[in-house]
Amino acid sequence: MKYAYYPGCSLESGSAAYDVSVRAVMQCLGAQLDELDDWNCCGATEYFTQHELVALSVIARNLALVDKQYDQLVAPCAACFLNLKKTDKLMADDPKLKAHVNEALGAGGLSYKPGTVRVRHLLDVLYTDIGENKLRQMTKRPLAGLRIAPYYGCQVVRPLNGFDNTEYPMKMDELFTWLGAEVVDYPVKAHCCGGHMTQISEPQAFELIRRLLQSAQDYKADVIVCICPMCQLNLDAYQSRVNSEFDKSFNLPVLFLTQLVGIALGLDWKKVGIGKEIVSAEPVLRQRLLSGAGA
Amino acid sequence: MAEKVGVYVCHCGSNIAGKVNVEEVAKWAGENLQDVAVSRDYKFMCSSLGQKMIEDDIRGEGLTRVVVAACSPHLHEKTFRRACTNAGLNPYLLDMTNIREHCSWVHRDMDSATLKAKSLVSAAVSRVKFQEPLEPTYVDVNPATLVIGGGIAGLQATLELADAGYHVYLVERSPSIGGHMAQFDKTFPTLDCSACILTPKMSEAGQHENVTLLTYSEIESVKGSVGNFEVKVRKKARRVDYDACTGCGICIEKCPRKVVDTEFEAGLGFRKAIYTPFPQAVPRVPVIDADSCIWFQRQKCRACEKLCPTDAIKFDQEDETLTLNVGNIILATGWKPFECRDIPQYGYGRLANVYTSLEFERLCNAAGPTNGKIVLRDGKTEPQSVAIIHCVGSRDVRHNEYCSGICCMASLKFGHLVLEKTKANVYSFYIDMRTNQKGYEEFYQRLLEEGMHFVRGKVSEITDAARMPNEQGKLIIQCEDTLMGRQRRIPVDMVVLMGALEPQSDAKEMGLKCGISCSMQGFFTERHPKLDPVATMTDGIFVAGACQGPKDIPASVAQGAAAAARVQGMITKGKVMVEPVVAKINEEACSGCRICNNICPYNAIEYDAERGVSHIITALCKGCGTCVSACPASVISGAHFSDQQIDAEIEGVLWDVIRPKSAVVSAN
Repeated sequence: MKYAYYPGCSLESGSAAYDVSVRAVMQCLGAQLDELDDWNCCGATEYFTQHELVALSVIARNLALVDKQYDQLVAPCAACFLNLKKTDKLMADDPKLKAHVNEALGAGGLSYKPGTVRVRHLLDVLYTDIGENKLRQMTKRPLAGLRIAPYYGCQVVRPLNGFDNTEYPMKMDELFTWLGAEVVDYPVKAHCCGGHMTQISEPQAFELIRRLLQSAQDYKADVIVCICPMCQLNLDAYQSRVNSEFDKSFNLPVLFLTQLVGIALGLDWKKVGIGKEIVSAEPVLRQRLLSGAGA
Repeated sequence: MAEKVGVYVCHCGSNIAGKVNVEEVAKWAGENLQDVAVSRDYKFMCSSLGQKMIEDDIRGEGLTRVVVAACSPHLHEKTFRRACTNAGLNPYLLDMTNIREHCSWVHRDMDSATLKAKSLVSAAVSRVKFQEPLEPTYVDVNPATLVIGGGIAGLQATLELADAGYHVYLVERSPSIGGHMAQFDKTFPTLDCSACILTPKMSEAGQHENVTLLTYSEIESVKGSVGNFEVKVRKKARRVDYDACTGCGICIEKCPRKVVDTEFEAGLGFRKAIYTPFPQAVPRVPVIDADSCIWFQRQKCRACEKLCPTDAIKFDQEDETLTLNVGNIILATGWKPFECRDIPQYGYGRLANVYTSLEFERLCNAAGPTNGKIVLRDGKTEPQSVAIIHCVGSRDVRHNEYCSGICCMASLKFGHLVLEKTKANVYSFYIDMRTNQKGYEEFYQRLLEEGMHFVRGKVSEITDAARMPNEQGKLIIQCEDTLMGRQRRIPVDMVVLMGALEPQSDAKEMGLKCGISCSMQGFFTERHPKLDPVATMTDGIFVAGACQGPKDIPASVAQGAAAAARVQGMITKGKVMVEPVVAKINEEACSGCRICNNICPYNAIEYDAERGVSHIITALCKGCGTCVSACPASVISGAHFSDQQIDAEIEGVLWDVIRPKSAVVSAN
């Protein structure tokens, strides 16, 4: 299995734990991820609010950069995944738009034919390509006893995701049961975390974050697992602010999907970025996974 | 000898004449096509004056062939064949060519459409000259009828026919007749008790001298054709002797094995391993469910056998296959409920107090698991608020695009029952309220007055994630109220999902057995959606009730009765015409390879081992032509579709291509 890899900006900075764990896990599972040469930012949601054609062209550049030897591009970030997938679809559906975007790409000597590259989210690759049998086989340290609340956020569940139910996703839930975890089927797992709302209006943003933390806590989750850097940032970095705003005492570590997959595969905790989170995951991981195991 | 062909081009008002220059087509045919003696156009060729025109020409001009260029032969071939017969011409010397559905209705440009009409007429004129006079045969109609499905539609059809004096075999897959209606509590809009109006019909069917009841039975195969079907029915092993059993019920009472009843009680109640689905079941003879019976699982117990006063328990009973001979078949196989788990955001199967409509029917039913008390899953708490969600899986392009038709009224009925039996507030979440039958709108008005709350909007999710103190411990309905123009969150204790009515999962398979097709959604296709709603494209096969499309009890009963009336018509007539359009094997040239035997979709070809040749059973042959094209020696010919006729038709349609240029008359 060989994929072109698009880490995205967040994974180079705040969400480095996601990047290191993605690389470590995929290597361990025997899947080759080759980072796209000279990739650029997908523009997240901001570029679209400024100028759609510019936004699409900026995204399409990444698709155009994928070398012929790869037919699939993997993005671990939900926003990158959605933007890349959306651009491919919009270009395929609208020949005029395709021409405009290619005109822009032409200035850099590039062009992109929609449908050439299949954009995949990392969760889809783990769930579908790696699959249940392999993940079960490779599990060295089952996550038994750890109550995981999978949090999908609002971006990978858009109608064109192509791999999971768009209203009530279940793929990450299933994946963690393969790894032996106790999965918490809590109702808000596809609700919005507020995105960049923290920069615009804190009261609204904090309320959205509070709802997610509250529901995960009500369902007695030990950790929340994210597949989007924005979600992880909001739930982790603003947890103490939410606690003081609402007089709560949430203490829920927020990790990335591949960090816990990596732990299950027996990888070194440091190698999958444990410790980079603000609300420390170590105490609960030690308590649930190491107690009695003599590790 | 040269034939004399008459060509008749119909205007069909402006249906054809609006896009085809019919006068020009008629004139052109008369002047240019060989052997055309008469060529006319007329406003409505199917009118009595139009028919008379053809009859007069046959007599007066001595026509030997007739071509009518008009609508589809499905509509008027019979009409024009009759006209030919009236004037003494064999009706199979007529050819009808379709210049409406195949031409005027599908083209925008008049010149092109006119040119195409000319080609179609040319093809028909070429072909008709090679047609041969044929004589139809007649077969007797077996007066016995098979009704498949013992729900209300099938029951109605059965009783109509049986009361009229004809024998009916009623085949039902489950252990009792009655169908879904037996599960319901009340029926809308009159609120009469469902069982009270259904059970008299059930027992009448059970005891009728003209009805042979075959419950717990499946259709294996259907052979033959209208008038004479041969049907194989598999009677599943009841493990109870049907004749010896008196229905005393001791076996059921003493059976120590209790299992969840996922069928009749929709998972809310229990039954025994030996059981009848409900107390008024017809027949009263129970069945043993081998999957849960202790004897079958662990070779212990046999309590029922020991206690049966008439020694009716037969553990070693096996499935039995019966052969029925009937003249007509009525399919009334009903519907299945939508799987509500397919809309996970509504929480069915995850949130305890979300119910399906069928579960709620059992909950309301005095004979149900809670004796008619409306309580939460804990079995004791009465809800203080109930939400009823319409269109779950209906009117939703992600599931079923169609409207299930009955759910608005069933929701109102539930609303009434909740208001009557509890102190709860009831909310209906609807997209559009559809109450357009007799007495239905009045019932809606009644519920408005009774205080049921109506929220117009599709529910986006049902969640237990509380935001406000008043939402704690409740199920919250998140929904856009499209009348208020805002998002609402309404906390309730209980939710009822009004799931769509879907076709039976094996409807396609059943359709194949009977030679009829299903719509895209999987409901059986009727012969004509407006004018022939209970017949199908296969003669002698009729449909009734929800297997043809979602419908309520009155509509199902009406269709059951209508199908029975159609069958009675066939029986009274006594004979059916068998089209002479059949295949024929030149037995002298047949090598006996038997390729045709297996590909015939109607099992109409038999192999004569003694003579080493195949031959066609004319009564079963539909003239489809499959064997004609498959025969490697080309010794099978299809009457009315001979190679010569088809070749001539092709040559005719290519009149402007194959003829030498000089002979082509300009299309203008």
